[in-house]
Amino acid sequence: MRRALALAIALFCAPAVAQDAQPETAVEETIVSGLSQNRVSITADFAGDEILVYGAVRRDAPPPEGRLHVIVTVEGPSGPVTVRRKDRIAGIWINDAAVNISRAPSFYAVVTTGPIERILSATENFRHSITIDRVIRSIGIASEAEAHEDFVHALVRVRSSDGRYRLLESRVQLTEQTLFRADVALPSNLTEGEYLVRLFLLRDGKVIARQERTIDVRKEGLERMIFNLSQEQPLIYGLLSLVIAAAAGWGASAAFRLIRP
Amino acid sequence: MQLYLPIAEVSVNVFLLFGIGGIVGFLSGMFGVGGGFLITPLLFFIGVPPPVAVATGANQVVASSISGVLAQMKRKAVDFRMGTVLLVGGFAGSAIGIWVFAWMKALGQVDLFVQLSYVLFLGFVGATMLQESLRALLRSRNVHAPIRRAHVHSWAHGLPLKMKFRASGLYISVIPPLAIGAFVGFLAAIMGVGGGFILVPAMIYLLGMPTKVVIGTSLFQIIFVTAFTTIMHAVTSQTVDMMLALVLIFGGVIGAQIGSRVGIRLKAEQLRVLLSLLVVAVALRIAFDLLIRPDELYSVAPGVLP
Repeated sequence: MRRALALAIALFCAPAVAQDAQPETAVEETIVSGLSQNRVSITADFAGDEILVYGAVRRDAPPPEGRLHVIVTVEGPSGPVTVRRKDRIAGIWINDAAVNISRAPSFYAVVTTGPIERILSATENFRHSITIDRVIRSIGIASEAEAHEDFVHALVRVRSSDGRYRLLESRVQLTEQTLFRADVALPSNLTEGEYLVRLFLLRDGKVIARQERTIDVRKEGLERMIFNLSQEQPLIYGLLSLVIAAAAGWGASAAFRLIRP
Repeated sequence: MQLYLPIAEVSVNVFLLFGIGGIVGFLSGMFGVGGGFLITPLLFFIGVPPPVAVATGANQVVASSISGVLAQMKRKAVDFRMGTVLLVGGFAGSAIGIWVFAWMKALGQVDLFVQLSYVLFLGFVGATMLQESLRALLRSRNVHAPIRRAHVHSWAHGLPLKMKFRASGLYISVIPPLAIGAFVGFLAAIMGVGGGFILVPAMIYLLGMPTKVVIGTSLFQIIFVTAFTTIMHAVTSQTVDMMLALVLIFGGVIGAQIGSRVGIRLKAEQLRVLLSLLVVAVALRIAFDLLIRPDELYSVAPGVLP
């Protein structure tokens, strides 16, 4: 009876808290969260930024047995990538095999309260696509996944060393099984677009609640102007670049003539 | 001080960029090479994506070449007539080059093709020049050595369509300069450079032009070739980063002015030894990359949807 009532309430409240309700758990636990900013402006002096994701667990009864864990993911806009492997052919190293991955995120960070292997079960990872290789696999590769294992690993390795893909274990602070906060540093080589923030509550390796939010990352000011012009008026943009080059070349020459006649 | 580049989408240190622009501009003003073969690898190194580095490098070369030409013009060291003839050949060659480039791209081996042509041409030109200029340097030390004649008549002088190139002091057929211009234009389109490192020795050794007009004339031709390349890249792939170009140009034009003044103080033979050493060093560096096992065998590039 009580479960039915909870379900009814959840359904009633559906438009407001659509993804929060997970009716199969005994005690309802939902996420209330906030972001330090939901808009990141890329201006000329942009050198990375930090997003604070904070929140609390709302529940209508004392917490059940088992430790609560939190995972926060931040995902940048995706695009197709080509991963190439060099091989030695006739004594020189050249690009040989290549795999096209139809979509891979330009940025992906996973922040957790503990070692991800321990707090997240493989099946739940499969369902919710939480770790980076799962994300690439679920959105990027349709059928030929097995054959390209090495290429997916290489993609993750290369982008991790660029700081684009990050796994920050035990970096979510969880207080009293209720309050949590995570800091996610955004690197300076950001691609603009919608960044998706996902929050997961886990117990015994199972996801018991999830929530999604977005951060809008946009170029602003001069950066915006230059970028738009290059896309919308490429010929004018190219000519303008030449005019600047010519003016600078002439200007320096004239300036030096003044200094040393 | 960090600067976010709107097209390259990376944040880089302004002073580092300024320094790169300055060094390349310095060499450009001193040797009459555009510096495209230096700036592109340097930009890769600081994390600018290759397509943006190639396109923006071309834009920077336009500025430093203009600065260099103006400095040379004051010394009446530009043979405009020769430059124009080379340029006519250059555009024809670059049209063919762009076509070959597209064909190689379709075969999927454009990186290798570019690297091999770098090694081959830089290596050959650099080594030949180094050998010749060292010999000339030794000869200039030896006072008793026989004096070389100003120019030697060869089969090239028998060709028709002769033209007077007053600034160079030459009366030769336009066919050799046209052919050289076409060849340089072809390589420029394939390798994404202005072609100065080939043009300079070709003018000295093949056309017999005096070294003092070679640099200015080479820069004059490079301005137009790289301007053409910049426009092509801006229109076809939107990879010219104005912000990046601006900082590089600022460093570059100043470097070019200083370079051309240092160049006057050095003897022609010394200048040639230095340029050839630089060319050989770049060729060896690229050859090294091809021969040594890379640390990371895989590379990631933005792809296209199949």
